[in-house]
Amino acid sequence: MIEIRDLKKTYHVGDVDVHALRGVNLSVERGEFLCVAGPSGSGKSTLFHILGGLTPPTSGEIRIEGRDLLKMTDAERTNLRKTTVGFVFQKYNLLPTLTAQENIDIARDIAGRRQADPHFSEVLSLLGIAGRLRHKPRALSGGEQQRVAIARAIVNRPALLLADEPTGNLDSENSRIVLDLLRRLNHEFHQTILMITHDPEAAAYGDRIVRMKDGRIY
Amino acid sequence: MINRLVLENFKHRPVRTLLTALAIGIQVTLILTLVGLSFGMLNDIAKRTEGTGADLVVLPPDASIIGFSQTMAEGIVSKVRELPHVALATGILMQPIGGINYITGIHLNEFTQMSGGFEYLAGGPFQQPDDMIVDEVYARGAKIHVGDTVNLGKPWHVCGIVVPGKLSRTFAELKTVQERYSATGQISRIYVKADNPANIPAIQSELQQKLPTYGVYRMEELVSLMSVNNVPMLRQFTDVIIGVGLVIGFLVVFLSLYTAVLERTREIGILKALGAGPGYILDILMRETILLSVFGTITGILMSYGVRALLSAFVPSFTMEIVYSWWPFAAILAAIGSLIGAIYPGLKAARQDAIEALSYD
Repeated sequence: MIEIRDLKKTYHVGDVDVHALRGVNLSVERGEFLCVAGPSGSGKSTLFHILGGLTPPTSGEIRIEGRDLLKMTDAERTNLRKTTVGFVFQKYNLLPTLTAQENIDIARDIAGRRQADPHFSEVLSLLGIAGRLRHKPRALSGGEQQRVAIARAIVNRPALLLADEPTGNLDSENSRIVLDLLRRLNHEFHQTILMITHDPEAAAYGDRIVRMKDGRIY
Repeated sequence: MINRLVLENFKHRPVRTLLTALAIGIQVTLILTLVGLSFGMLNDIAKRTEGTGADLVVLPPDASIIGFSQTMAEGIVSKVRELPHVALATGILMQPIGGINYITGIHLNEFTQMSGGFEYLAGGPFQQPDDMIVDEVYARGAKIHVGDTVNLGKPWHVCGIVVPGKLSRTFAELKTVQERYSATGQISRIYVKADNPANIPAIQSELQQKLPTYGVYRMEELVSLMSVNNVPMLRQFTDVIIGVGLVIGFLVVFLSLYTAVLERTREIGILKALGAGPGYILDILMRETILLSVFGTITGILMSYGVRALLSAFVPSFTMEIVYSWWPFAAILAAIGSLIGAIYPGLKAARQDAIEALSYD
């Protein structure tokens, strides 16, 4: 489902070139739960941003479901985020002015879906937030906010769920709940997940772990 | 869903929303007040001019329809009286006494015959040369009563307070006004009454022949000419105020949305991560802008009623009308100023880099 060959990304910071990715090779199968582990500055987040279409790669080959991200325009990458990729962030990133339900609905609205998916209630039950949907983020615990963020990320049934340190802001109890949920989403709904983490315990939830260092997978 | 987000954004920052709407409202009020005053004052003058009961009005050469700086010789009145079908003719002299007010010199008997006479609320007609009659509006605004002496450059003794609606707000004997303002033998207008309304065109034609350089108007003609476009500089002044209003709207919305965009950088990043394109982000901000200008317009319209009430209470001689036909125009101007102000913040938000925005704290 994901094919990455010799992927490079160079940022220009002032007069300095920062080589964030120095030739990444990776394949991810459909329905796989892959964990990318590595220390800060290893290039994990850059890989996450490129896979999510938030920034273009500099060179190499990267395909999601056969679509070549290297050749994509800004509009095409926007469309990729809308239809193919869902994000879960460390800081939850819910819109503070909207309720949990509205945070989920706006993702659906952006994707141009007017009708709610009748099967999505199963996902909400699994996430255990059905009774908290009328609350705004400030009234939810960190764990609840992250579960709403997961619901928002998968409401449009993306081919790929990208999770960037999803337990980074949670205590161990809530971390376990969120990781369990991700695993169940993977097992029960065959959701392909790529999770970035530097926590070995969290990484152990995946089917496979790859490690990054200095912009490469080793 | 976007509408929901827009409303929640407003509720999230209620003070900023209210202040922005208020500032746009001031723009709208400014325009509506100026237009309301223009219409109100001109219509008031027109009504009071009709209140003379005259059928025709003769103006000096080059005189504007609401200006009184030009004068003509009083002797012309007797020549007008001699014309066939003229039942009455009387000359008046109007002299500025500060602000928008004039003191009007009249022959009380002639004016009474033509207009039907004053309806006195207090006091009575002139008894002494320095007596002055004022209407109720002027008396209320200047807080004066019968028996008071009013200094209008010269001292005048208030002898009567009358119901408004007859030509002017302040009256004195024509001769006294002429003497006191160095205009002996001069008048500003001649009001003419026909013996029969059917003869008005004939009298007008005759006057135009005899006084070719003078302005000779039938009353309905003169009243119809009392519009904003026929008052020197008023149209231009209105345009300037509209321009100032547009700049206010632009600046207010620019600042409001610019700070909103900065404040919502992270939220814009979230929306972009969810797949929102520049059009979606712009759509949100444009809807906010339009809604703010709608709130602002409603606020401005309500405030224009407040301004009218304040003027009526404290400066009653400033007659302000609520000109409904200008509401859509004021709303469009508010929207234009606001939308122009929203362009830069909107483009800034639409071009926001999603990764930078998501890392913004």
